[in-house]
Amino acid sequence: MKDASPAKPYALHLGVIALLFALSFVLPDYHHGLLARIMVLAVFAMGYNMLFGYVGLLSLGHAMFFAAGLYGAGLAVIHLGWSVPAAFAVGILCGAVLSLVIGVLALRTSGVAFMIVTMMFAQVFYLVMLYLASWTGGDQGMVVPQPARVLSFGATSLELTNPTVRYMSALALFSIVLLVTLAIVRSRYGRVLVAIRENEERTKMLGYDTFSNKLAAVVVSGTICAASGAAYALLFGYVGSSFASVQYSILPLLWVLLGGAATTLGPLVGTLFMYYVVDITSGYTSAYLLIVGIALILLVLFFPKGILGTIRHRWLGWLP
Amino acid sequence: MMPLLTTKGLSRNFGGLRAVDNVDFALMPGEIRAVIGPNGAGKTTFVSLVSGRIQPSSGMVVFDGADITGLPAYARVRLGVAYTFQITSVFANLSVYDNVALPVQRTLTDGRSKGAVRTGVMAALERTGLADRTHMLAGQLSYGHQRLLEVAMGLALKPRLLILDEPTQGLADSEIDNFIELVREIAKSATVLLIEHNMPVVMHLADRITVFNAGRILAEGTPEQIRANTEVQDAYLGTTHG
Amino acid sequence: MHFGPHLLLAALEGLVTSAVLALTALGLSLVFGVMRVVNVAHGEFFMLGAVLAWAISTAISGHPALGFLAALVLAPLIVGAIALVAERLVLRRLNYNPEATIVATIGMLYIIQQLALTFYGPEARPVEPPFSYRILLPWFGYSGYKLSIIAASALLLVATWLVLTHTKIGLVMRATQYDSETAQAFGIPVDRVYAGVFALGAMLAAVAAVLIVPISQAHYLMGQDPLLLSFIVVIIGGLGSLRGTLVAAVLIGLSDGIISVFFSPTLAKIIATLLVAMVLVFRPQGLFGTASR
Repeated sequence: MKDASPAKPYALHLGVIALLFALSFVLPDYHHGLLARIMVLAVFAMGYNMLFGYVGLLSLGHAMFFAAGLYGAGLAVIHLGWSVPAAFAVGILCGAVLSLVIGVLALRTSGVAFMIVTMMFAQVFYLVMLYLASWTGGDQGMVVPQPARVLSFGATSLELTNPTVRYMSALALFSIVLLVTLAIVRSRYGRVLVAIRENEERTKMLGYDTFSNKLAAVVVSGTICAASGAAYALLFGYVGSSFASVQYSILPLLWVLLGGAATTLGPLVGTLFMYYVVDITSGYTSAYLLIVGIALILLVLFFPKGILGTIRHRWLGWLP
Repeated sequence: MMPLLTTKGLSRNFGGLRAVDNVDFALMPGEIRAVIGPNGAGKTTFVSLVSGRIQPSSGMVVFDGADITGLPAYARVRLGVAYTFQITSVFANLSVYDNVALPVQRTLTDGRSKGAVRTGVMAALERTGLADRTHMLAGQLSYGHQRLLEVAMGLALKPRLLILDEPTQGLADSEIDNFIELVREIAKSATVLLIEHNMPVVMHLADRITVFNAGRILAEGTPEQIRANTEVQDAYLGTTHG
Repeated sequence: MHFGPHLLLAALEGLVTSAVLALTALGLSLVFGVMRVVNVAHGEFFMLGAVLAWAISTAISGHPALGFLAALVLAPLIVGAIALVAERLVLRRLNYNPEATIVATIGMLYIIQQLALTFYGPEARPVEPPFSYRILLPWFGYSGYKLSIIAASALLLVATWLVLTHTKIGLVMRATQYDSETAQAFGIPVDRVYAGVFALGAMLAAVAAVLIVPISQAHYLMGQDPLLLSFIVVIIGGLGSLRGTLVAAVLIGLSDGIISVFFSPTLAKIIATLLVAMVLVFRPQGLFGTASR
């Protein structure tokens, strides 16, 4: 947000997207599939970062927004037989509406109370998904049937189960959200969000309706998370209540903390790093949550700025 | 002429304490008004009621003929009531530029043009003499410069009423002289309501002075009248230093 | 069975739940009240208490009461020591920043839970009650052990209350809660008070778990429900208010049984959680708390 020329950040972000595109052709199958998944989940982390990093609102309930997109899209295909684009739109819409409602309620609180309230609303959402097991499949979850996961443009149709199509779809979503995030944080609105994080009282006295600004941020954040969830359902073909559990509210927090809160690329770095750490250690222990726990504590104790936050602080001041 | 700001029967209780007690106050456009009084007289509470940071227990606030008692603080700022904080509260982690860009970008009516923000920011920074520090983090400025930045942010709001809460507190004498000049300059385009402890500053600047004591207005008048008022001397000038 | 005796039975069961809940929630409430730390790992201290109780009571042969009594003394002490170490190593270094400590205690939750899974395993294991005397009421027989839980919990609560209101330690704690900076200025070792309170909070959860484990079972995931219920109690009772915590614990404990008669457990949880979230949104001082603080 310094007055640096906009060329550098945009070049960097386009470079990252180009690199991810190129990787599609060189990565071995296993890592190719993993990276597609990581990109979708990095979108989840970017949505989380929008609120946590830039507005300073620490939510412990973002799993509900991810799951709203997941169920919205997945169930629209499973029960209503809708097409992929329509289902994707439904998923996003579910997230937008849910985040608006939750935002209006939860933003009446702040600080610790905000954290607990969001956690409780997410818990309610999770339990409702379990309770409606006849539609949602409960904790068993449901498989989105393969024949339905097809994108049709007139005569041509792309099967989302195909690894390359899946990878490119994930990359497309990731790129759009990354560039949108970059544009938002460099905009005047982004400046207001950071001001609210730094000193809400002062921001009010500059004439800003901070409640509305925060509410908008919750909705943007929730909608991005829902887009990630909807994409997950359609690309990987599974919806289940575990994605609505507390754990999936903690994970984006961990990814963002690790990669660097309030950095546009931090969510990707954090998700990538954590996914590979878990992947490597899963050979030694089934208790991968142990790693998550240790990582959380080490991060808040010794590395609160995260990877990119530290790099920005030490070397690259212009990093958005 | 119609007053820019009036309060009628304005009161605020904190528990059993009446911090502001039934205050009727009027401020004419273009005036520089100083509010003085001993510590705990209710000055800051009074301006907080005017700016909307706290809600009154009873009474009303009228700005430019409209009742603004029920308006939240941010809406009052939009009407032209700007408040600069007693304790410096610039955005320490943001650049000087961003600090001023925040009020500038909000007052702009054409949201499109990129250059408009920059022009507005630089104008406000030049008026306060901070133009060569644009890219520093606000937290790295000296205390005196942070106070100036605070004023620059207030100015950038293009206020019709600028409330300055103890602006010279902690400033060196040389800085105070500059400051007096700055406030005179501001007063050409805005009405100024100033809470101040430094009596020479008050006597230099104010067109009129309002003296608060125990939540009420004790006296009001020109600097000469206030200086001559024995009640004020008893309550304030005699017992509290400037 | 007629309605009267049926109600009595439900009330007794509810009181047992309340008794255990009150102890657990009191620990959470103390930690929040004095240190302003929301301890998300509180349920794991509860679980540790139960798991340790199983370990200790199986290690000691002879009459089950021996093993149980040893567990009742040792398990809370061990848990307290663990909490003390966690407080020194993590929370203090974070300067008790409310948001950072929540993230850190989430980390502790996973670490404790997963270590329990690794060393104790995924099985649920029972602990034999110290005695199996049944009290014969005119309408039905009732477990004497369950009644003794209520008595033990009441005793511990009264003891805690006495310590808080009538001793120097309590005074020091209340002073720290009221204004830690001033307390520090008056020579109160705030640092040590915090460490003590955090350990005490964990020990209360552990005691509650040892008491309940003979009638439930020890399992590595058993900390989740007590955590949620304690949150509910502390929020409804008013954050940091001890009397409110107690009233809310009895209310929740009693209504828990009654609600689950009418609704499925999941629906009951949904309604309870939603209501509590609404309380926090619209009445953050709790239903029984007063606005000032």
